[in-house]
Amino acid sequence: MEEQELRALIGEVKAGMLSRRHFVQTMVALGLTAPLAAQMLASAGVAQAQPKATFTPTKRGGGGLLKTLWWQSPTLLNPHFGVGTKDQDGSRIFYEPLASFDPDGSLVPFLAAEIPSVQNGGVARDGRSVTWKLKRGVTWHDGKPFTADDVVFNFEYVSDPATAAVTVGSYRDVEKIDKLDSHTVKITFKKPTPFWADPFCGVRGMIIPKHLFEAFKGGKSREAPNNLKPVGTGPFRFVDFKPGDIVRAEINPNYHIPNRPFFDQLEMKGGGDAISAARAVIQTGEYDYAWNMQVEDDILKRLEQGGRGRADIVAGGNIEHIQLNNTDPWKEVDGERSSIKTTHPFLTDPAVRQALNLLVDRASVQEQIYGRTGIATANFLNAPSRFASKNTKWEFNVDKANQILDAAGWKRGPDGIRTKDGKKLKLVYQTSINAPRQKNQAIVKQAAAKAGIDMELKSVTASVYFSSDAANPDTYTHFYTDIQMYTTTMTSPDAEFFMNQFTSLEVASKENKWQGRNITRWRSEEYDKLHKAQEAELDPVKRAALFIKMNDLVIQNIVVIPVVFRPRVAAISNKMRDVAQSGWDSDFWALAYWSKQA
Amino acid sequence: MSKYLVRRLLISIPVLFGISLVLFTILALAPGDPFEELATNPNVPAEVRMNLRAKFGLDDPLPIRYARWFTSMLRGDWGFSFVSRINVDTLILQRLPTTLVVLGAAQLLGLLIALPIGTLSATRPYSIFDQIATTLAFIGFSLPTFFTGLLFILLFSIYLDWLPFIYRADISATGWRWWWEHVRQAIMPVSVLGLFQGATLTRFVRSAVLDVIRLDYINTARAKGLSERTTLVKHAVRNALIPVVTLVALQIPGIFTGAVITEQIFRVPGIGALLISSILANDTPVIMAITFVFSCLVVLFNLIADLLYGWLDPRISYR
Repeated sequence: MEEQELRALIGEVKAGMLSRRHFVQTMVALGLTAPLAAQMLASAGVAQAQPKATFTPTKRGGGGLLKTLWWQSPTLLNPHFGVGTKDQDGSRIFYEPLASFDPDGSLVPFLAAEIPSVQNGGVARDGRSVTWKLKRGVTWHDGKPFTADDVVFNFEYVSDPATAAVTVGSYRDVEKIDKLDSHTVKITFKKPTPFWADPFCGVRGMIIPKHLFEAFKGGKSREAPNNLKPVGTGPFRFVDFKPGDIVRAEINPNYHIPNRPFFDQLEMKGGGDAISAARAVIQTGEYDYAWNMQVEDDILKRLEQGGRGRADIVAGGNIEHIQLNNTDPWKEVDGERSSIKTTHPFLTDPAVRQALNLLVDRASVQEQIYGRTGIATANFLNAPSRFASKNTKWEFNVDKANQILDAAGWKRGPDGIRTKDGKKLKLVYQTSINAPRQKNQAIVKQAAAKAGIDMELKSVTASVYFSSDAANPDTYTHFYTDIQMYTTTMTSPDAEFFMNQFTSLEVASKENKWQGRNITRWRSEEYDKLHKAQEAELDPVKRAALFIKMNDLVIQNIVVIPVVFRPRVAAISNKMRDVAQSGWDSDFWALAYWSKQA
Repeated sequence: MSKYLVRRLLISIPVLFGISLVLFTILALAPGDPFEELATNPNVPAEVRMNLRAKFGLDDPLPIRYARWFTSMLRGDWGFSFVSRINVDTLILQRLPTTLVVLGAAQLLGLLIALPIGTLSATRPYSIFDQIATTLAFIGFSLPTFFTGLLFILLFSIYLDWLPFIYRADISATGWRWWWEHVRQAIMPVSVLGLFQGATLTRFVRSAVLDVIRLDYINTARAKGLSERTTLVKHAVRNALIPVVTLVALQIPGIFTGAVITEQIFRVPGIGALLISSILANDTPVIMAITFVFSCLVVLFNLIADLLYGWLDPRISYR
């Protein structure tokens, strides 16, 4: 995908020949994020879509109690400390960012009066700054006005290392924030920043009040009483919170969006398991909404037959993929295995990689394991030759894999396993303990055996596998096996950070205590160069073209084998209206617009 | 007696110290990190996790961490949860009422079932009533609570739609409605736990009464012309209950820690649910506090059981 082709496509969207949603979906398929795609459209002057609610109330409230279920329960309600999505969702009931990302990745203003753009003068042409106009007349739940001081304070709060805010990643590139007047702030970046909508937008952009947190900046951040009693600007006010159990809220009578919200009270009950949560919403109707349905599709379908609720499935950026190790996991050099001083005895052979790619039966994986909750894909890292074609091809072909291996000189031994130059095609395939993953391993192992590749399956407890314990050789970042599988998440609205997992600088090693993000240890000078170029590229279209080129490199070299897309799944009562999940923001991003039929 | 008490109390000090040391070491050696979720989230820089670890003292050597925990525990400071960052005692106190209500009611239900049925079974051994009661008791304690719990949900919530299967500790209603809602949601978890307890206890009561009822003094009581009822209640059961009381006393600490599995199934916000979520999140201060309080209670109730024994059975003396 070249820059010109991208521009032509944007032109089509502008002329109304191509739908906005189709464009965004194609971009996501190319490995971009929806917010990046939306930014391209915005820079070309295509108007932002406004959230469309099917129900327009004439007064605030009257909806009674909204009952929601999170099978992991929120443990704290300060958005800057929220470790998991459960905490971010709990905080989003009370706190709001300047703008949220809708399902298409477009920005929807909440605390901002309008979305900055080059056209309205909000975004500087040199990419060094962005100016946000704040909404006037917004008050905190305790009656104090929301002003530019609050925005500036949040930056100071987060960037103090002693605060140890988990949101700091979105604010690292900010040099300073100036208050231009009581309702205007100017964010200046350290270097030209093409994606300016990271700070103060989405889940990491929620704003806490200066007057309540000022005294608890830095080392004392844990002691703030309001960490557990949020005072925000959101549609609901705080009533009660029991960490690990329940969050209760009531309508904010002074909410800044007229005639919203619809519900008078809200309850976010936590704990239990995903299946019974699905049951409570879809089958018995005891609850209205449940988050993150990690439930087999067969069960969901059976529950849906009752007709009280449904599983809502929305594409996000999560991809279950297999990584191929570029280094030798069985040789120890300077106290570490999988060291970049070694090369893998046979996985560096392109023929073996191609064969493996042909041996992953994605259709069976989707059909037999995931159903609607895991869609077979070669996408994300597999750019189509022609942009307009949405159906990227993946293939499951044992014969072709056999031919490729035969041609490359891998001969079958008496035990049926292929060998070449004394090296046997024997692999250890590792993943975390999780029923669908073990089924997946079995499917791949079976196909590999037909092509003369012997696989030993290894599964590690998730709490060990996904831990960052430098002393434990079984973590996914150590990657002490030949191939491994897990889901990578693309939660950041900008792709820059996501794509650095293939740069040479990020190689995970003993030196960086396996904190590096490049786990396959694949290194390419060309890729590094493209990534460097992208950092300085201000034109969103040119930048997107660079990202797509990087993807191409990863695919051509079969650095990873994508298996299935894991969309977001929520359970929603059939009576609920306007509950639009966004793959790029919190489940509660549009909570103010939710309503329910009587 | 008081000498015995003092000696037992003194012995329990090194015992508790040993327990805390073992618990702390095992937790420290277990894999995992309370900030694990941060490590797998690509949007959170590694420095944040390092900062948090340093801030909460996780990088210090084990003996120092243990000494710090031990001295603050002596001062009554239980530390704070790494996950929710609030004090552990607040967290436990929030969960305590629900746990006590649900588990206490279950224990009571168990006793109410076990005492009459066990005694009746023992007075008519191998009768049809005894056979049925014994069979049901066997089924009762052979079925694990996670199974009966799911069975109950399927029957009472899904097919019959009578009872809610999600327990809410905060119910906004007042007056009678508040009571009604609480009773309604407690029926299933309490009966699942109570029936299991009751089944185990029934067997125990039956064999205890059976042991006593064959003794000569019961025959003597009957020969004196006492009514069967007086013989049973005043002479047989009273003596038979001595081991039962000990058993119940030893089960009381269990009420405090809650029932991990049943709480998970019905989403009861009790201490069992807190313990399991803390273990999953590697929230050491909370795990440490709950397990340590539990060990203290076990030691304490062992002592109480021993003292009760002597009070109930004057033949036992303390030296």
